[in-house]
Parts: sequence; structure tokens; C-alpha cells
Amino acid sequence: MSREIDRVTPLHGAGGELMDRLLREHVIGRFAERNTGRIGLSALDDGATVDVPDRGELVVTTDSHVVKPVRFPGGDIGRLAAAGTINDLAVMGARPLALTLGLILEVGFPLGELDEILASFAAVLDEVDVPLICGDTKVMGKGELDRIAINTTGIGVAATTDGRAIGDASFSVGDRVLVTGTIGDHGMALMACREEFRLQTTLESDVAPLWPILEPVVRAGVVVAMKDPTRGGLASALNDMARKSGTCIEIVEDTIPVRPEAQGLSDLLGISPLEVANEGKAILVVRAAAVDRVLTSLRVHPLGANAVCIGEVTGEYPRRVILDTGVGGRRFLEMPLGDPVPRIC
Amino acid sequence: MMRSRPFTFSDPMRARNLADAIAILAPVDQVRIVHVCGTHEMTITQNGLRRFLPESIDVLEGPGCPVCVTSTRDIDAAVRLAEAGVTVCTYGDMTRVPGTRITLEEARSAGGDVRTVLSAEEAVRIAREIDGDVTFFAVGFETTTPMTAAILLDGPPDNLSILLSHKLIPPALAALSDLPDTHIDGYLAPGHVSTIIGTRPYRPLAERYRVPVVVGGFEPLDVLYAIALILRQIRDRKPSVENGYPRAVSEGGNTRAQALVKAVFTPGDGVWRGIGTIPSSGLTFRESFARFDARERFAIEGEEGEQVIPGCRCPDVLTARAVPSDCPLFRTRCTPLTPVGPCMVGAEGACSIWFRYGGRPQL
Repeated sequence: MSREIDRVTPLHGAGGELMDRLLREHVIGRFAERNTGRIGLSALDDGATVDVPDRGELVVTTDSHVVKPVRFPGGDIGRLAAAGTINDLAVMGARPLALTLGLILEVGFPLGELDEILASFAAVLDEVDVPLICGDTKVMGKGELDRIAINTTGIGVAATTDGRAIGDASFSVGDRVLVTGTIGDHGMALMACREEFRLQTTLESDVAPLWPILEPVVRAGVVVAMKDPTRGGLASALNDMARKSGTCIEIVEDTIPVRPEAQGLSDLLGISPLEVANEGKAILVVRAAAVDRVLTSLRVHPLGANAVCIGEVTGEYPRRVILDTGVGGRRFLEMPLGDPVPRIC
Repeated sequence: MMRSRPFTFSDPMRARNLADAIAILAPVDQVRIVHVCGTHEMTITQNGLRRFLPESIDVLEGPGCPVCVTSTRDIDAAVRLAEAGVTVCTYGDMTRVPGTRITLEEARSAGGDVRTVLSAEEAVRIAREIDGDVTFFAVGFETTTPMTAAILLDGPPDNLSILLSHKLIPPALAALSDLPDTHIDGYLAPGHVSTIIGTRPYRPLAERYRVPVVVGGFEPLDVLYAIALILRQIRDRKPSVENGYPRAVSEGGNTRAQALVKAVFTPGDGVWRGIGTIPSSGLTFRESFARFDARERFAIEGEEGEQVIPGCRCPDVLTARAVPSDCPLFRTRCTPLTPVGPCMVGAEGACSIWFRYGGRPQL
């Protein structure tokens, strides 16, 4: 019954194995020229770099958002779009310089709701003091789009001491892996508020711009690699990092901070908190000697209060992630096929 | 002040202690333990419990996934009903399992009315809502059988019928031990099936095949404890039925559920994918309920025979002769998105579990 998949499926956009294949097999190969700097299209990083002679590296990223529902516990599509793009810049060690805003709206979308969404978008830009510099608006007919889609492009400039952006793969054996806080909040909160479940929970999305907590550690020059674990969650991001770096990442389940509400939903729905999206968290890889210093710096800010070291880089099984389970067992943490929660960002 | 940690069934200290006990009890020779339950495999794989086992101990799933062991004959019957215009209701994964020609999902794409339900009651509700014929394709082990019996005892609407494919675990374990090329040193019997049937029905198995049968629960400590009990029986050469899950399972089981099943069904031949026909491992309708039998009502005939999928080792996985990674298709051609065999389709199938949770004999 095995069939080749010859059409786009929801999993092609879900941040896992299938999306990876879509990009590698259908997109990247088409473009002969794909580098303007050190990090280009083929790196499939959070953004790309453009060399500005004598001025360091400019970082460019783009992101589209189609979250359902448009408003969810802890945020809305406006906050998500602004924070998501700023975070893609931030995890490359880039200070956000400016954002663009592309709005695609379905006929009938209430202007009052649009105002709220744009107010959320603006509030995030104010938080990190970044201007919106241009935009675009399109309107689609009834049923041609599910309510609203937002595209944002962000540009930033590498804020590291050497002027080079931070990638997600340039680390080596012995380095330590940190997360800036609790894992799985966004995906689990979204899942709980979906119509089909309507679960009562106090869990909220963690959607937030990370530049305020990442800026000090970026400027201190102690971060070797960074990534934000969005679609596909921690499992997808770590597998991606292990594959690109050719190393093995071993993490300890008991050290991964998970809110009790998220764990409860996870047990109920049978979805691992490690496989769902985060929208206000980053994975940092640092040298072992810098762990305490980085954690102290992150924990000063409320967004990083639960920052913790969850594992280290080894050479045991190159390109794989190992999970030391809470009970004391050990297994591979596999690349998820895709985020189990559709339309989360 | 010292505060003791609250007790949990995944406590790492207690797990370590059980692992030490297992290491001491483990014989030098290879030991093959079969657990017949997707939930057990999930506990073992998701928690990486094989790490606690010496290399001489293999723990295999066997025929523990009800969706996976459903014969192509039964799937073909359901497909033909759907093609004939009958509304077919069944549990989720069942729609994606290959029959001889097509899956139920494909029958639906071709215009058939195939609905996934979460319970037998839902099928009854659908039958009350629509005028046409509704068939509930009833799969599952002893855990789900009482629910099927209950809807029939409740006086279901006349347009409802049952395509009966329920299976019984104890006869299947005996059949597994009878296979010429399998060697099984111990059975880890499924906790939820045993809450219904109790521990007594395993006695003939333990006595006839002189094999330890230990009922186990589904938390990590439950599984390690049950494995330790099996190894102790092997060491002492005193195979018997032992209850490693007394907080849920009794010797007599759930007599009320048993009475429901007994009122409606009697044991009959069961056809298992990968194994074949096992006497008394399935159920047939009692005379007074025969009118609900979809096979009789729609005169389903014609055996298309068991389908063999080239290269797929599901039959070996289902009979505990192989683990998923022994199959050349595993993770290459066969993934949950493009499943080749049923063990990758069913959420309780060993291949599906190993794919999602990084199963491997020992890491």
C-alpha cells in the first residue's frame, strides 16, 4: 500500500521530516545562486546573512503566520508574527533593525479585530524598539483564505563582538545545551483551546520577543549556536542541530522544564511537549565553562527565569539526539514527522 | 528537614533497584520475553527501558496490536460492505490497514460511507440517525469486547449489524508457543485485558508449555517488576501464572463484563494476520443474537486469502520472530506517512512505536 506522496500535505508545513524533504528536494536545488554571505539558503537556518563590507553581517529573515484560532490564550496572530520574526533574528545574534508587514485578509474580516491584532503587533515592536518600515495589503474573496495571514520580513545586524551572525550548527563535542525556559507552552495551549477539545486550562502561550534576554549573552560573545524551537518543538530543533553539526546531542528529560499544566495536557492528549511549538524560547549552545555565566545572565529577566542546562554535545551517535528518560532509561529522540498540532504559527 | 519524594511509578531509584534485581536474576542464556501489548511496547520504548536489561534479555511485542492482527479477510469484508452502500463504522487506525485490494480509507475516497468512531455506542447513535444499513466493524481484544456485547444487549436498532473481528489473548499465546520456529521463555501478559479476564485463563498456558506468565501494568516500574518476576520463575524453574499488577487485576477478573460477553458470544475460530487460524481465539454470535451478524445479514462470502506484502516483515514482528529494525523496509520505504504493513499503521504496532520513539534493542 506504499505510495509516493505527490501532493502537499499538512505535514509539509509542520516543521518535521517531511518539510525538510520538501525544502531539500523541491526548493533549494532550483536556485544556482543562493549565498550573499556566510549563511545562505542552503544552510536552512533561521535567516540568512548579507555581507556589508567593513560593517559586519546583516541578517534577513521572513516568516508567514496562519495560526488558528487567530486569538489564543496568551496572545494573537499579531503578537506571534512580530515576536516570531524578531526571534528569528535574535537567535542569529542579530539586533533587529526593522520589520515589514504583509497582510492578507479574507472579505468580511472585522476591522475591530484587525485593530486588536495590529495593536498587538505594534506593542511587540515597542517592547524591542524596532520600527515597521513598509508593508503590503491584499484582500481575498470569501472562502479563498481562512480569515487572515500575515507575512513579516525582518532585518537585523549581527551584534556579536566579531560582527558575525550566530548559526545553529557550529558547535563541538563538550559544549552544553541550554533552554531559556519551559518547553511546549505554545503548542499545548493552542491544542487545548481548539474547538474539538475545549479543555479548561490556565496554560498560556509563551509568545514573546527574545531579544531583550538574548542581547546580553550575544554581546558577551559566549554563545556558540542558537535556535528557536518553534514548529516540531525541541525534538525537531535539536535533531536539526545534530544533523547539521554532525554531532550527537544528549539531553536529560528530568532537567527539561515543563509546566505541570503542559505535562497534564500532554498526558491527556498523548502528545509530547518536546514535539510542539514554542514561541518565546531559545536553545543556546555554549562552552562548558560559560554555562553558569550565561544562565545567570538569562535568569535576570522574567523571560529567562527558568533557563537551565538540559544536556551536552557528544560524539557517541553522530547526527542523532539521545534522551535520558526520567525513569533512568535511554532512547533516541527522533525527528518528528511534523508538529502534531496543525496551524500553530 | 528531609522531605521524602512522593511515590511515582517512574521513580528512577526504584527503577535502578529493579534493574539490579533483573541483572542478578538474568540467566547466561538468551531469554525471549513476549508482551503482546502495544501499551507495554509504548512504556518500554518511550521510557527507554531496554537500557535496564542485560543484552541476554529480549523483550518483543508479538501479536499485541489489535489493528495489526486483523486478517485481510475481515478488512476485505468491511471494504465490500462499504462498496455495497453500507455505512461502516470502526476505530481510527483500522481505516488505513491494507486489505487484499484496498483500505477502508480508499473505499471512502471511492464514495463509500466509512466513519471512524471512538466507541461502539457511537455506531449505535449513527444507526439511529440514518435510515440505511450500519455495520460496526468490531476489532480489539478482551478489553473492548464487553462494549460490543453491551450495545447488543441494550436493544440496538434493526439497521445495525456487527462485523465481528474480536480476538482473545490466551489462545493466541498458546498458538505462539506452538509455532515451530519460535522459542518463548516468558509472557508478560497485558494488564488491561487481564482486568477483564483475570489471571485464571492463563493457567493452561503456563502448565502446558511450562512457561512463566506474569500480568504486568503499564508504568515503567510495573514493566520492570513483571520482567523481574518472569526471570525469577525461570531461575527457580517453577513456571506459573503470577500477578504483577494486583492493584488492578484479580484472579477472577471483571465478572460482570465476562457475563455480558458470555450472554452474546461463544468462542470460535479467530484468523490472525501473520499467524493464521487459531481455534477458540475469536468469537461467534449466540443463536439469539445471530441476526446482528453482518456476515449472515449480507451473505459475505469468498475468502480472498491472506495477502502477503513483498518484503514486509510484519508477520515476523507479530509472531515475535523479529523486531522492527530487522525489516529492510523499516524507516526506508515504510514510515507512518507511507506505511507498507499494518505494524506501521496501527498506533499500537511495534513498527509505528519504534519509529516515533526511537526503539532499538539496547542503546
